[in-house]
Amino acid sequence: MSPNIFTPKRFPVTGSLILIVLILLAVSPLYAPPYSVILLTAIFMYIVLTVSWAIFSGPTGYISLAPAAFFGVGIYTSAILGKALPLLVVVGMGGLASFCLALLIGALTLRLKGIYFAIFTFGLVELIKNLLLWYEINITGTRGRFVIVVDNKTIYYVMFIILVILLLTAYFIRRSKFGLALQSIGENEDAAAHIGINVTLVKVSAFAISALFMGATGAIIATRWTYIDPIIAFNPLFSFTPVLMAIVGGMGQLYGPILGAAMLAYLEEVLITKFPYHYMLLFGAVLVVAVLYLPNGLVGLIQKWRKGDWGQHANT
Amino acid sequence: MRILEGEGVTQYFGGLAAVSHVDFNVNQGEVVGLIGPNGAGKTTLFNLISGAFVPKSGTIKFKAEPITGLKPHQICRKGLARTFQSVKIFANMPVFDNVILGSFFGMSNSIASADAARVATELLEFVGLSAVAATPAKDLTLANQKRLEVARALATRPELLLLDELMAGLNPTEVAQAMELVARIRDMGISIFMIEHVMKAIMSVCNRIIVLHHGEKIAEGTPQEIATSRTVVEVYLGE
Repeated sequence: MSPNIFTPKRFPVTGSLILIVLILLAVSPLYAPPYSVILLTAIFMYIVLTVSWAIFSGPTGYISLAPAAFFGVGIYTSAILGKALPLLVVVGMGGLASFCLALLIGALTLRLKGIYFAIFTFGLVELIKNLLLWYEINITGTRGRFVIVVDNKTIYYVMFIILVILLLTAYFIRRSKFGLALQSIGENEDAAAHIGINVTLVKVSAFAISALFMGATGAIIATRWTYIDPIIAFNPLFSFTPVLMAIVGGMGQLYGPILGAAMLAYLEEVLITKFPYHYMLLFGAVLVVAVLYLPNGLVGLIQKWRKGDWGQHANT
Repeated sequence: MRILEGEGVTQYFGGLAAVSHVDFNVNQGEVVGLIGPNGAGKTTLFNLISGAFVPKSGTIKFKAEPITGLKPHQICRKGLARTFQSVKIFANMPVFDNVILGSFFGMSNSIASADAARVATELLEFVGLSAVAATPAKDLTLANQKRLEVARALATRPELLLLDELMAGLNPTEVAQAMELVARIRDMGISIFMIEHVMKAIMSVCNRIIVLHHGEKIAEGTPQEIATSRTVVEVYLGE
């Protein structure tokens, strides 16, 4: 009866379709032109940021603007450890560093609700950025760092592996009692606590899991950027973009954030190349239209289309 | 045997004593009513017992073990569940999920999914909500939402259940059904501590009644004693 745990999976059709797409993506660097590989890597990066953001913020309704902080911590970890350790270890360390930071921040701030939590998490991005700037200027006397160079195919595959692990994690969380608990916290946190859910533990763990993937992504993408400094690494756009992508995609289903991230990331790329001077304007217009006319995101649109009631407007 | 015992329980909001030096107890298997005019501190007392607030002073013991200072989820897992005056259901989740969450998380040891599902199914049957198990909780009537809260609380396998105005806002038929539900919960061997304004209900179902006024306990006794008590009548009707 519960859509989360007890509905039988429609595995054969959907499952094999997903498998085919994954295999195609896995072999694409062997055939596709380098530009497509780089473009796909960027799209994967946005999907990872968006889906991991939605793991925590989707069910709980706590709007986190911290993605840029966790992403940036991953980037800096990569810059510091890149030369000393093997690539996969560096990526793991990037994830781990963000995970630990999220545990700390979560334990301190998840008692804040609504807009206070959003503002604090956004403040965190600025705090770390400015701390690093201060440190680099006053202590080391440098500005920014060079990151080891890794070839595009390797970056693609590492990003792809992170994406696949993340999607599996997100899928199983949604179907688990942990996912159900997260959802109940979003519905009514008081009631959740009073039926035995350790709300602090559940929230902090979900927050940290989502940060883990953001950090790992930052660590691998840093190798493509070759040079980073605090302003590049802790760019607040990486906090807002995942939120927008998740909203455009819709958070009711797992594929919502994936769809939103993939479409907007591709759109951004197209607009940048075709309209380099007006792309932000056009991108903004698309977002406004999406938010105004797709209250439940692309997911809502697809569900409406499946039901076939185009003529009606939902009054929600 | 006393299952719940409070001594000198006190809570201030600003300078106002919402609950002031209140002693209370609930015996095993007993149904105890908590009444008093609006603002008497009844819900605050429940919030102190369930761990939503920590009392300024005084101790609360559950099964002879102090629970003051514990978090709500810890108190729930010890076997003390509650419902809320203004219903706090998981509105957008199916009725069934609301209840199964209680059985997943409300017990001190973990439970297999199949067992949790069985408990939830049985409890929905018990409160009469089997037919709407797949409906989003927000689509239920108020009476059914209150029943859902009871089922969710029962799913945590409590030994003591706190009912905060189960019957407020219900029509006479629904009140009668709710009274019958309370009696059936008592017959399961679960002790009940209930806040209620519907006098007919509280007089017929309770073994004992505690009366709060301005945060202080002003009377305690059997329904007959309370109904005839001069102090209680004065508090409710004026002198």
